[in-house]
Amino acid sequence: MTTEAPRTATEVRMKIWRGEGSGGEHVEYVVPLDPGMVVLDVVHRIQATHAPDLAVRWNCKAGKCGSCSAEVNGAPKLMCMTRMNEFAPGEEITISPVRTFPLIKDLVSDVSFNYEKAKTIPPFKPKPKDADGKRRMYQEDVDRVQEFHKCIECFLCQDVCHVIRDHEENKQSFSGPRFFVRLAALEMHPLDANDRLDLIRAKHGLGFCNITKCCTEVCPEDIHITDNAIIPLKERVVTAHYDPIAWALRRMRGKREDFAPPQPKPPSA
Amino acid sequence: MATTSLRAGVRRVVPERKDLWWLEPLVIVVVLGTFVLYSVYAGLANANYFYDPYLSPLYSPCITANCVHPHLPIVGAYWNLSPAILIVAFPLAFRVTCYYYRRSYYRAFFWAPPACAVPDARTAYAGETRFPFLIQNLHRYALIFATTLLAFLWWDTFLAFNFNGRLGVGLGSLLLLTNVVLLSGYSASCHSLRYLVGGYLDSFHRASLRYRLWSWANWLNARHARWAWASLVVVGLTDLYIRLLSMGVLTDPRIVF
Repeated sequence: MTTEAPRTATEVRMKIWRGEGSGGEHVEYVVPLDPGMVVLDVVHRIQATHAPDLAVRWNCKAGKCGSCSAEVNGAPKLMCMTRMNEFAPGEEITISPVRTFPLIKDLVSDVSFNYEKAKTIPPFKPKPKDADGKRRMYQEDVDRVQEFHKCIECFLCQDVCHVIRDHEENKQSFSGPRFFVRLAALEMHPLDANDRLDLIRAKHGLGFCNITKCCTEVCPEDIHITDNAIIPLKERVVTAHYDPIAWALRRMRGKREDFAPPQPKPPSA
Repeated sequence: MATTSLRAGVRRVVPERKDLWWLEPLVIVVVLGTFVLYSVYAGLANANYFYDPYLSPLYSPCITANCVHPHLPIVGAYWNLSPAILIVAFPLAFRVTCYYYRRSYYRAFFWAPPACAVPDARTAYAGETRFPFLIQNLHRYALIFATTLLAFLWWDTFLAFNFNGRLGVGLGSLLLLTNVVLLSGYSASCHSLRYLVGGYLDSFHRASLRYRLWSWANWLNARHARWAWASLVVVGLTDLYIRLLSMGVLTDPRIVF
């Protein structure tokens, strides 16, 4: 560990958050830099040469497990997908843990909040089978929800969402963008029979989202969280709860949903 | 399980981000603020909004009897104020409740948040769960009204190629055409429209027309921000051009056949 500036262009100066619970500080390290390294490689080198007790969560090093989420120079990113050549030679790099969730140690946060929220989402409930005993799903419908299934649960979108990042009190009534992606995948599923719109509004707190699109900006899987999941859900909630004409139509027709998706029909012979 | 929030140790008012995160909100404040100030001035001026055959889009449709170029004089001569006041609510409501503009002004003007991973300016936050922000949920109605007004703007554009009964093209004609194309693109790329034309369905099977419309709306919607900014700037420039023509500051280059 040292506070000296990097001596050559092949060294990197990195400040890493060290601490447990509420206490801690950024500690500076200078280590050699090799071509092709990513931030996680540097963290591992610091762990190997300077700080063997440094806590960091990682697994695949390929941007697919979602474990190594952190804040690199204040921006939520996967450390394994952030290349060191993105930074200017000699630039100081600051690494902090995701700060929306309680800190366990160093770069490791407790993300149980997300697992608790996941339990509150009603699971997929299949519609009745077609007359021939099969269920069918068509390619155009698969294409729409496929995007949502790319989520690797890195929780960067949860970390950057200001609704819970800056307002701890909202954690009770707001689930966060990751779960709106999950809810959109279920709500738009042509074979799902559950109606979650009341839950989405009242329990998962969709109205708290003011669509500032930060979740979309940080998503390493390029899921258009705001445009393709949150806003379509908002529109569905509007139809179910706020649209006066939709409400009047429901009253006239005597049924709950005026924009109900078509029921599956038996295939033609 | 640790229960102490990291924010107690690390959170700070000054963000950790080292990039130019403040640049985007600054640009939005300057561009959007300039447009708002200019349109308030132009809309209240009640003069220099028509230069034959061009009518400023800020005054279209002109629905007062006192209008220099009335479309539908459904408001009598008793109305002496600017005719723009009577119609401004429709395009204004469309822009204010627009999902893209909400993103922009919540960031730039409300600082909720000013940029990603930069702390909110406010200590309490309820988003769009309470009045007046609940009204944002009626964006689809603003879309319908604003789109209806587009018909008048297309008519104005058609008239802008008619120079006393002769076909012609002036710089003003081209500006009005650009303006109405951009406004139409802005409306067609709207998130609510994408929902209304087919997005409400769970299955597109046996709904091929709605699937096609939804696919087109999806393609346009991915470029909604560009339509929003381009149409905003061109509306302002078109009014300014017609205003300067009417004031005699500029001369309209035109070819009349």
